[in-house]
Amino acid sequence: MNTRIHQTLSKLRSQNRKALSIFITAGYPSVTATPEIIGAVEEAGADIIELGIPFSDPLADGPTIQLASDRAIKNGVNVTTVFDIVMEIRKISQIPIILMGYVNPLIAFGLERFMQTASACGVDGLIIPDIPVEESTAYRALAHDHNLAPIFLSAPTTSDDRLRQIDMASEGFVYCVSITGVTGQSNGIPDTVKEYLQRCRNNITKNPVLVGFGISSGKNAHMLAPYADGIIVGSALIKIINNNRNKNYIAPVKEFVKELKKGLKLRESE
Amino acid sequence: MKPYTQPDAKGYYGTYGGKYVPETLMFALQELEDTYTAAKNDSIFQKEFQNMLADFAGRPTPLYFASRLTGHYGGAQIFLKREDLCHTGAHKINNVIGQMLLAKKIGKKRIIAETGAGQHGVATATVAAKLGLDCVVYMGREDTRRQESNVNRMKLLGAQVIPVDSGTQTLKDATNEAIRDWVTNVRNTFYVIGSVVGPHPYPMMVRDFQSVIGRETQTQLQERSIASPDYLLACVGGGSNSIGMFYPFITDEHVKMIGVEAAGYGITTDQHAATLTLGKPGVLHGNLSYLLQDEYGQVLPAHSISAGLDYPGVGPEHSFLKDSGRVRYESVTDSEALDAVQMLSQLEGIIPALETAHALAYLERLLPDTNSDQTIVINLSGRGEKDLGTIFKELEIE
Repeated sequence: MNTRIHQTLSKLRSQNRKALSIFITAGYPSVTATPEIIGAVEEAGADIIELGIPFSDPLADGPTIQLASDRAIKNGVNVTTVFDIVMEIRKISQIPIILMGYVNPLIAFGLERFMQTASACGVDGLIIPDIPVEESTAYRALAHDHNLAPIFLSAPTTSDDRLRQIDMASEGFVYCVSITGVTGQSNGIPDTVKEYLQRCRNNITKNPVLVGFGISSGKNAHMLAPYADGIIVGSALIKIINNNRNKNYIAPVKEFVKELKKGLKLRESE
Repeated sequence: MKPYTQPDAKGYYGTYGGKYVPETLMFALQELEDTYTAAKNDSIFQKEFQNMLADFAGRPTPLYFASRLTGHYGGAQIFLKREDLCHTGAHKINNVIGQMLLAKKIGKKRIIAETGAGQHGVATATVAAKLGLDCVVYMGREDTRRQESNVNRMKLLGAQVIPVDSGTQTLKDATNEAIRDWVTNVRNTFYVIGSVVGPHPYPMMVRDFQSVIGRETQTQLQERSIASPDYLLACVGGGSNSIGMFYPFITDEHVKMIGVEAAGYGITTDQHAATLTLGKPGVLHGNLSYLLQDEYGQVLPAHSISAGLDYPGVGPEHSFLKDSGRVRYESVTDSEALDAVQMLSQLEGIIPALETAHALAYLERLLPDTNSDQTIVINLSGRGEKDLGTIFKELEIE
């Protein structure tokens, strides 16, 4: 079991607090900016970092992350650069770091070599949206060998039976996708999400449950907090960076992370 | 030869294939596989499929002896399997009818499709109109320009055509966008994939639907007392017309099969779509197969004069057939394809699609090694009216 993710989530759970996991695309808006952004979001209260490996064809992502991914590739970011960024972050932080990306760059790098290097650099877990449980045998075995948590996703279209399979296959947590759709949709989170997250709760018993996709405000965080162990936010934060990219985006980024944390906290005062 | 049993239960052709898609889609793939498996043995479904192929698509298509083309080369007897005579002008409609009947069976009323040359989009829009289903077609912006007549056909048929501005604005990006739509609307939407690509069961299902081409060819050759052909020739983009022709012949050891990819400006340049010739195994659009990619696994832009072959991936079964040596894969350039369009037009009175012209162009290299006792069948997968703009623009430049 990977220690950083496990310790972070166990500690939060024992304190009856909810986790905030922040996704950013590695190398966006620039390679040097990534460690700085991560330092800032950690300082503002983020508990886990998901670092996106840019891919030319991100078919589970909406326009915001597509653009960030495209820009990062143009900035020369590849798997090796992502590992360099992780090593930079590890000089200043022990926050759990999860790499999130599509399977093809892992295959091109060599799956085993990828796991070895990731582990050696201080990566804690992996989220690969285009590896469903059915295709995960070799991937899970290698992740396990290198002390990396393979985190699988569930969707509102996932059956109870599959939720249990996903729970068994996952380590660290299960990533519950809130909607049927791609990342960064801004047309709100439907009320049916509560029913779905209750189904996740009932069937995912081994791992904590983190919910993501479409979360763009403290209000969203507040609505979801009672139904999960934490939330994941990506596109909304990248949008803030993008809208402020010619100015100092660090301040609004920190403000946004604090807003999300506050949204998660409110529950305890109720 | 051993019986051919690809794919396995998990959708693998040797080491290629699989289902590399987001979790949101997994239930839809299972639903599709279950429905398809049931339909295979459902005589009512099969009868409806056969009837629509006959009465709506216009099957069987002729197997035509190209006497002047044969005379021009003085080698093997050349036959053309006239898929260009199908309703909508290409083989694409065979598969679309099959998938659309499955959509009807599952009860999905909204249809989405990707298209490159527009032939699959037109076929999808056509059958959607016939069956009264809503239809949305994703097409790269670049392709909407070079295949404008097909865009107009789709609109006239009542489909919504959505131009895609991301990436290279071609088939790859249209497919990305179609998958994003599918992930979002999967509960009420059926994705009609146009080639033997995508996640399992698509490559198998599309092959099965297209294999009517090869089965008819077998019968038509027998009617001419030809037990089996010496060569089968077809172009390969995603690879549906070639698999459709090859599949029924795979266990016939006598038959040599050649798939022809698009070499664009040439395989020594970086402007080509010769995936099997120059790619490495990787995952794109839900399956593991040969893929044009850089050393870091980023997908490389493809190039071909033909929008239908302008794709950096290829169906997983072709990767398997390449590695096993059962099918040989070659490539021809844009300019060789243009020459072949003119030759077939002027020798046989048939204007082929630019995609199909790649298979025809390979005759230049194959025919000197053949003799008049031998038989070649070329899958004439589509007609060329859609390409007139591109062809004349290129010829003027030359």
